[in-house]
Amino acid sequence: MLTETSKLEELIGRDYPHGFVTALDTDSVPVGLNEAMIRLISSKKEEPAFMLEWRLEAYRHWLTMSEPGWSTVHHPPIDYQGISYYSAPSSRKDGPQSLADVDPELLRTYEKLGVPLQEREMLAGVAVDAVFDSISVATTFKDKLGELGIIFCSFSEAVREHPELVRQYLGSVVPYTDNFFATLNSAVFSDGSFCYIPPGVRCPMELSTYFRINARNTGQFERTLIIADRGAYVSYLEGCTAPMRDENQLHAAVVELIALEGAQIKYATVQNWYPGDKEGKGGIYNFVTKRGDCRGDNAKISWTQVETGSAITWKYPSVILRGDNAVGEFYSVALTNHYQQADTGTKMIHLGKNTRSTILSKGISAGHGQNAYRGLVQVAKSAVGARNYTQCDSLLLGDRCAAHTFPYIVVKNRTAQVEHEASTSRIGEDQLFYCQSRGIAPEDAVSMIVNGFCKDVFKELPMEFAVEAQKLLGVSLEGSIG
Amino acid sequence: MLEISNLHVSIDDKPILRGLDLTVRAGEVHAIMGPNGSGKSTLAHVLAGRENYQVTAGEVFFAGRNLLELSPEERAREGIFLAFQYPVEIPGVANIYLLKAAVNALRKHRGEAELDAVDFLALVKDKLQLLGMEQSLLYRAVNQGFSGGEKKRNEILQMAVLEPKLAILDETDSGLDIDALKVVATGVNSMRSGERAIILVTHYQRLLDYIVPDYVHVLANGRIARSGGPALAMELETRGYGWIEEAASQEEARRLAGGGR
Repeated sequence: MLTETSKLEELIGRDYPHGFVTALDTDSVPVGLNEAMIRLISSKKEEPAFMLEWRLEAYRHWLTMSEPGWSTVHHPPIDYQGISYYSAPSSRKDGPQSLADVDPELLRTYEKLGVPLQEREMLAGVAVDAVFDSISVATTFKDKLGELGIIFCSFSEAVREHPELVRQYLGSVVPYTDNFFATLNSAVFSDGSFCYIPPGVRCPMELSTYFRINARNTGQFERTLIIADRGAYVSYLEGCTAPMRDENQLHAAVVELIALEGAQIKYATVQNWYPGDKEGKGGIYNFVTKRGDCRGDNAKISWTQVETGSAITWKYPSVILRGDNAVGEFYSVALTNHYQQADTGTKMIHLGKNTRSTILSKGISAGHGQNAYRGLVQVAKSAVGARNYTQCDSLLLGDRCAAHTFPYIVVKNRTAQVEHEASTSRIGEDQLFYCQSRGIAPEDAVSMIVNGFCKDVFKELPMEFAVEAQKLLGVSLEGSIG
Repeated sequence: MLEISNLHVSIDDKPILRGLDLTVRAGEVHAIMGPNGSGKSTLAHVLAGRENYQVTAGEVFFAGRNLLELSPEERAREGIFLAFQYPVEIPGVANIYLLKAAVNALRKHRGEAELDAVDFLALVKDKLQLLGMEQSLLYRAVNQGFSGGEKKRNEILQMAVLEPKLAILDETDSGLDIDALKVVATGVNSMRSGERAIILVTHYQRLLDYIVPDYVHVLANGRIARSGGPALAMELETRGYGWIEEAASQEEARRLAGGGR
């Protein structure tokens, strides 16, 4: 037993490969949070009055709230007055109009990360709205998308250029009163992505955004809003990685998805933020609120996530199945290694008739990792014929990690069918030895077994993302044998 | 090919093998028999490199190399194959994927190019036919939901594809009905060659009706108590293991009393 544990520890003891800090002049505001700070953020972003008012209402509400204490995660208290709430690369002042105007240091960072910001993305068919710290510095393919009436831009730009859309939809899925972190985000959100697909339009390419946290002591508060109008379709990819650093960084994003009648939104995430070192020092706190609303009949929203980074992950991408025959899906792989903690899952709220939801959650715990699935399947009285299928599988590596499952099921309509399956297994010495006795190195065997465990989720990812996700799992788990 | 001398092995400080000697040459088939708990499976696993078995004394040389210094995967790459008595299930990993990873690990070690999907499939299909196995079995998760017979045949399939120099079959006959046993035996017999050695670990003589060994050894008290030809297996079938165990105990008592004579 002991030998097995120490062997697995060697295998999974790999260092974070994206650890570097780029030297960039940043335009940060002083630390601390008050009304004046919110006014400053809003004025720096040249926002209309309604936006400032919304932020202030959120802030005032936030003051009445306290941090939630119900999850399994543990962390030292966060000093919300010790955080700088706005940061943007200084080159923004001059307003980069093209890649030539962008700080070359920034471009090099993206290159190191393999972000396809230049010619490559055209070949790959990916439009990238790159968020570096809090502000979008480059948007590509905008013209091409514009021809179809698709709006894909930074959130700040949307607030200025399309205030009527922002006003109509912002906070309509995640109201500013929703929860402590979402409310904080509503008050201070820095930037993010905005996407609107007009009726009947199928977005011809995968939309993607790369987030990267780089400024010291800067909490990141993205805001993403995606609207698929009647009969529209969009697939959105979000991928993240961050440089190595010592302090904990708070990240509280909000993502709102709205699918009108017959519309479909697929939202995929590969999250690889700095998880902290082997002793659990440093790392990102990722407290995210993601929710989709199937607002019309026959709408469909799918969340797919691969969570391997962050010291703490706290997120529950959810779907409100409001329209009749609406479909909600949640596919998740969450990996915790060393001292990482994850409390993640989903909520499927069935309101419409014949609504269907599928939940497939794969949790992998290694080292001292803590992994919790927390899910709610709620079937309202109105949801005649609702169906849900839930499968939660946990995989343990070694004997110091833990997996927890908290499935909540509330059914108020007797025609509903709800299924829940769960399993817990471990990569045993037996499986490793079996692979080794066939000539396969143990780190390849671990990678093979873990990828096999996650296969059902990976096949929901777009092809190029699936490859990235497999590599990421490999990187997060493998290590050279001592 | 394989030289085992004075091998002592303990599990959790309990001695299991106590001075085992065995020489296996290329082209030979050896059957290791013995009652339950005599150390047959321990021997098989020690040769494959299982970790929690402590080798307290003795030497094992394989093709001139000190086997005990090699990791399990290195042993496999050098040409040792263990067919498991209880093959492990690996959910989510397709059988063909494991097989391909194994073949290419071995080829890489030999400095050969990795096989592409087409060539690999051609290689495997041949062997499938030989073992009367369905191709669909390749795409199922490794051993998951396999019947006992399918698991054993899958082990033989892996052996046939990997073409080891030394194949060790650990109780491959256990739990097989007579038809499955014949299929497995056909597979093993097709692997017999002048360059390959095979060690059959078995409790029953039944398997040896179909795979006729060159040598039969009986393990008792952690040593080889008796060696002979196929006739020895027949004798065991009628007389059981008791008389050999008894003789082995008496011999050990004599040895201890004789004080290192």
